[in-house]
Amino acid sequence: MSRARRPPGPVPGPEPPSGPTGRAGRGAASAAGRPLPDPGLQPERTRLAWRRTGFSVTVVAVLALRIALASDLAGALLAALTVLASGGLLLLCWWRGTGTGPARSGGRTLPLAGVGTAALALLAVLVVLRGVW
Amino acid sequence: MGDVWESIRRWFDPRELRSVGNTPDYRFSLANERTFLAWLRTALALVAGGLAVAQFLPPLPLRHLREAMAIALLLLGGAVAIRAVDHWARTERAIRLGEELPASRFPAVLALAVGLGALLLVVAVLLRAVGGR
Repeated sequence: MSRARRPPGPVPGPEPPSGPTGRAGRGAASAAGRPLPDPGLQPERTRLAWRRTGFSVTVVAVLALRIALASDLAGALLAALTVLASGGLLLLCWWRGTGTGPARSGGRTLPLAGVGTAALALLAVLVVLRGVW
Repeated sequence: MGDVWESIRRWFDPRELRSVGNTPDYRFSLANERTFLAWLRTALALVAGGLAVAQFLPPLPLRHLREAMAIALLLLGGAVAIRAVDHWARTERAIRLGEELPASRFPAVLALAVGLGALLLVVAVLLRAVGGR
């Protein structure tokens, strides 16, 4: 990843071949003082990745909901916690997936999503263990 | 144990991450974020698989084998999620410092674990087909 050493700017990084609106168009936009259009549509791709992740969370939430509806009281409480956790994770992914603000990466959302997924997995382990007892 | 809490605190502190090295071309950060999200979806798929095994698999001849499979999948999913956050943070750091990207054996280990699990299932299905009638 020696490309990371280069200073920011129009880096010849991995990007699809630019069409008619390629380099000439970007140079013109830069000269006019407007922000450079992103050749790889990176912010959009990242937002779509968050949305895909949200769909994955939905599957987990539905499966957890099904367990919650079929459990006894203590199991249902645990399962409800699992459903709540997946709901929070879904909101997080939705928030990042539809954000129209400037392209920002990282921040606290990202570790929160990872740790939230791990917490979800642990809660689900408790739900399964509850079913055994 | 203190080291663990320290690294968890670091994940959630964006200023700490931004204090090292130079700000890279944002496209690299976004690509790093999408890689993290792909790992997160892998983790969510494992969690969904665990939840599905727990509620859709019929009881198996071996006692609690179903629950053991579900818990193994869930714990694997949680581990993938935590490792995804850690790897994202270390990659971001390496990009900022212009260092080599962190090497990892985890993908190979995960692939071997999934392959081994699939092989065991094939054996189980074959045994059932041969001995079932």
